[in-house]
Amino acid sequence: MIFLLMMAVPLAGALAMLVPADRFLPGDAAVRRFGAGVSGATLLVAVSALAAFDFGRSSRMQLEVDRSWAPAIGLRFHLGVDGISLPLVALTALLTFLCFLYTLRHPPAGGRARLLTALLLVLEVGMLGTFTALDLVLFFVFFEVVLIPMYVVIAVWGGPARRAAAYKFILYTLLGSGLLLAGMLLVGAEAGTLDMTELAARHGSGLAHGVQVTAFALMGLGFAVKAPMWPLHTWLPDAHTEAPTVGSVLLAGVLLKMGTYGLVRVALPLAPDGARVWAPWLGLLAVIGIVYGSLACLAQRDLKRMIAYSSVGHMGFVLLGIATLTPVGVNAALFGNIAHGLITGLLFFLAGSVKDRYGTGDLNVLGGGMLTSAPRLASILTFASVASLGLPGLAGFWGEMLALLGAYSPHADLPRETFVTFMAVGALGAVLTAAYFLRMLAKITHGRTPDPIEPAAAAPAPSEGSAARPALTPPERAPIPAEPIAALTRYEYAAWTPLIALTLLVGLWPKTLLAVTTGPVRALFGGG
Amino acid sequence: MIVLASLVALLPFGAAFAGMLLGPRLTRALSGPREPRRTEERQAVAGQIEAGHAEARPAEAPRPPRPPHPLRNGPALIACAPVAASLVLAAIVAFTVWRDPGPRTGTLALVQTGSVPIRVGLQVDGLSAVVGLMVCCVALAVHVYSVSYMAEDPRYSSYAAFISMFTAAMLLVVFAGDLLLLYVGWEVMGICSYFLIGHHWEDRANSRAAVKAFLVTRLGDVGFLLGILVLGVGARTFSIDGVLSRVADLPDATLTAAALLLLAGVAGKSAQFPLHTWLPDAMAGPTPISALIHAATMVAAGVYVVARLYGVFLNAPGALGVLGVVAVVSMVGSALAALAQDDLKRVLAYSTISQLAVMAAGLAVGAKTAAIFHLLAHGAFKALLFLAAGCVIVVAGSNLLAAYGGLRRGMPITFWSMTAGFAALAGIPPFSGWFSKDSVIEAAQHAALHGGDSASTAGWFAYTPLREYPLRTPGAGGAHPAPVWTYRLVEPVVPASVAWLVYLGLLVTVVLTAAYATRAWLMTFFGEPRGTYEIADPPRIMSWTVAALAVPATVLGFFGSGASELRPHLGSALLGVVLAGLGAAAAFLVWNRDPAADPARALGRARPMLARAFYVDELYAAVIVRPAEALARHVVIFDGRRIDGAVTGAGRGARWLGGRLRLQVNGNPQTYLTGLVAGVVVIAAGVVIFR
Repeated sequence: MIFLLMMAVPLAGALAMLVPADRFLPGDAAVRRFGAGVSGATLLVAVSALAAFDFGRSSRMQLEVDRSWAPAIGLRFHLGVDGISLPLVALTALLTFLCFLYTLRHPPAGGRARLLTALLLVLEVGMLGTFTALDLVLFFVFFEVVLIPMYVVIAVWGGPARRAAAYKFILYTLLGSGLLLAGMLLVGAEAGTLDMTELAARHGSGLAHGVQVTAFALMGLGFAVKAPMWPLHTWLPDAHTEAPTVGSVLLAGVLLKMGTYGLVRVALPLAPDGARVWAPWLGLLAVIGIVYGSLACLAQRDLKRMIAYSSVGHMGFVLLGIATLTPVGVNAALFGNIAHGLITGLLFFLAGSVKDRYGTGDLNVLGGGMLTSAPRLASILTFASVASLGLPGLAGFWGEMLALLGAYSPHADLPRETFVTFMAVGALGAVLTAAYFLRMLAKITHGRTPDPIEPAAAAPAPSEGSAARPALTPPERAPIPAEPIAALTRYEYAAWTPLIALTLLVGLWPKTLLAVTTGPVRALFGGG
Repeated sequence: MIVLASLVALLPFGAAFAGMLLGPRLTRALSGPREPRRTEERQAVAGQIEAGHAEARPAEAPRPPRPPHPLRNGPALIACAPVAASLVLAAIVAFTVWRDPGPRTGTLALVQTGSVPIRVGLQVDGLSAVVGLMVCCVALAVHVYSVSYMAEDPRYSSYAAFISMFTAAMLLVVFAGDLLLLYVGWEVMGICSYFLIGHHWEDRANSRAAVKAFLVTRLGDVGFLLGILVLGVGARTFSIDGVLSRVADLPDATLTAAALLLLAGVAGKSAQFPLHTWLPDAMAGPTPISALIHAATMVAAGVYVVARLYGVFLNAPGALGVLGVVAVVSMVGSALAALAQDDLKRVLAYSTISQLAVMAAGLAVGAKTAAIFHLLAHGAFKALLFLAAGCVIVVAGSNLLAAYGGLRRGMPITFWSMTAGFAALAGIPPFSGWFSKDSVIEAAQHAALHGGDSASTAGWFAYTPLREYPLRTPGAGGAHPAPVWTYRLVEPVVPASVAWLVYLGLLVTVVLTAAYATRAWLMTFFGEPRGTYEIADPPRIMSWTVAALAVPATVLGFFGSGASELRPHLGSALLGVVLAGLGAAAAFLVWNRDPAADPARALGRARPMLARAFYVDELYAAVIVRPAEALARHVVIFDGRRIDGAVTGAGRGARWLGGRLRLQVNGNPQTYLTGLVAGVVVIAAGVVIFR
């Protein structure tokens, strides 16, 4: 029942936004406070779900709701969580709340607070539903519910090229969804049930080999678009670059996870034979994604675009973990999901704040010296980057390490040499990851602040400055405002502190997550 | 015992967080009531955590906040007190282990990963206890020294916090009982090193040096992580004693692969060829950092890890051979490079590479105890040398040897301390370096002549399990099997050719070391003063710290006399002294001809090549860095034109197809009716034909 409540709260909040403005909550500030309140209440419900969850039996579905929905075709309204989905549910509720908290003071340009609040709340319903649904069609419905609000968020509050980015996003992901639906219906029709727990318990028995191979390919492609997997990733950089801050945060923090979660929750258990056939290919594309994403980051000029490509690399590690078809690999994937949600969410918040303050996200135009002009912002950016490059002791490391560990000893049916190669290449990708983050930090946080006065900056440039930035012609370093950069606001601190704290907690004590996920992951592969 | 050890590591860790968040606040709390500050000064202090507000806004804060008294300096207190407490605890730990040798392990938690579990636990034995003690000593010395050295720095607070964080990470490496835990400390050290090298990030050169240091070591660390995974999966445990106890059961290929991968990390961290290029550049950091991280502790971590996992390497003789060759190349090459450097810190940096290679060489020929002995002695005298160099730099205001000269008269404390340090470095009896280097040379000689079975008896801080360990009966719920230490081979470790190479390399290095140490010593302290500054010893906190470090650098050698293989052996000891005397005399003779000029001129045409360290940096830039950048640019172009082009192309294709299909739906009823009739005719014909 608790999940019905968890989705009813934001849904009711979204519906309340239909009431005309003169009857209910006049003024944008009130609407934003209302949104924060509703998502806060949702977060509270999620926390109480955490409290009600029996961590001793995390491999069992708990807190289930199972109602008949359309009996004629065997549809059921079946919700529930186990150790695989619970962390993602909590992450979703938390990130949505933090986004609302952030918009209290830093709303995206474009106004229309009612619409934005309603859309974000509907988005939250969809995301929570995806992570709790246990019926294939229900899962698909929630999976699709997410698309429209995100499309509108990008198209209305986005940057200059928002239209094209939004079209690309929705068409691309709808195409993936079509394949996904085909695959799920194929499994459902062949197996005679749409219940995911029932299907998972069968471990693929009763499904012909060919059916499984086809179904996994279809579902895998659908999820791979969402994840995104190389070479199906090109919607992501555009969508991220154009989306407003809250859109980017939710897109990176939660939406991408729906793809990898779907692979673990739906594709793996429903078509295990298919998984074994396709796993080497999945691993190959994942590893290409890791290296390719990192290389693309190394040559990016835009901060948000760089973080977007870094997501391709990080999700590559997640996909590599899944491709190993081992408990440790899937653990890595789930850990990587959460870590990426926390860290990249934080990074996009930071990128938004940088863009707000400096008016640009272009690394070359930003110039340098952010540690002088905005020390705290730059420090938190450094922290997030270091976490993202996989420093042990912070959240990003464990997912990558476990994925490599899984790749070293993959499932017995998989070609071991191939996966050991994947491991080596993926590990090199980790070096490239460090390279592009440090390049970004060196470019914008180190060095002296670009001189606001043009002629003075052009003539006697300090020796090390001119040596470091030979390519910078004076007009290019112009638009840094002469007045001091605004200090961080309380709302920014409020939105970021939980992410920083959780990054530290999960990184220093990985058992918090691994203890929850290990049980169900073992069960997924038929172990105890 | 384990609780003590974990406290040793946790205290600086807590200090790092406290210093980062509360340091400036504590300063205000301590000095607030006495000296009420103006508002903007408060802001300046508050901004100290991350950056120099005082520097950023010179107009608003006309006089930068004066450095508070050490006892009222919040960050300094938060930094020094916990490390001092750690030092006391580490001493207790070392004393206990000395009284009652034998490894002690403690497990805090077992983290299930779905595969090999991670055991969060510590392990204390002779080796870790003594290295931990050394780390605490050097860290405390550097902390105290920095209070004065960095007093004017607006970001002292974050600086001190990162040193504390570094100390904690290093202690974690030292005491870790699990390979992955060790790796956590290993990487955290790396990032602290990055932050501290780049402490003065206003200068782009420092920023580049920091990035280079992190990336080069990270390249090695990736290998290290893979090595850990290979070992862990092979042994089905990540715990160090578990791995060592199962070494005998592992296939040779696994062991050799793991050992070679581990060596990549060791080469990165300990700055050995071919991953050594970051260390000389790392001298861009503040001098105390060079003393702590880039001379005494972090760079020694690589050597320490080899000693810690020595069982693995003993069973992978191929890897030991590689280690020996790498060590010889690093040792001789960097000693040659040190001869030609004109920057005092870079001389010391190359000498660090060279001395670490001496330790690695000791490990390669099976003399683990001697190598660790040299590690400790090197930690003492190199920290001393760097801190003393810091004194010289503060006084002279320059890093360049050419700017010094005649400093011995004005700064006696620095002069005598640094003389002790140089003597230890060059291996002049009875300073510590002579004892330790001699024991390495003796072992190499033994290995070359007798096929090396030198690792027989062990000093008290040797890795105790080298002897047969009494079989513990497995407890009812014991998670770990009784440690039975069986090594397949204790006999010849490396091929005789490698042993000979190592031996000769060591001898050549002794000559070169004495030569460059003499050159630096003479150019700094003798001759006529070449600068215009006032020559005087720096503030007492700095000079006394240096003097205190001179004590272990001088007498540490005698502590080894308890173990037979650490005592000086007549033949090799004499040889070492003679060779060192040769090198020193050569340097002196060249210098004496013209004390105002650089003795390196005697190198002639080879000098530029040595000064650039054989152009390895340029080679890497051409072979690795630039191709990677070009590849990255191509990937971006490929991504836009091909992959995204295919996507948008598909979209355009769909629209084009739609446009074609739309042509018949043109709103003309005649066309529609024609189509209808044609359809009916076709269907009718079909029915007739196929009926």
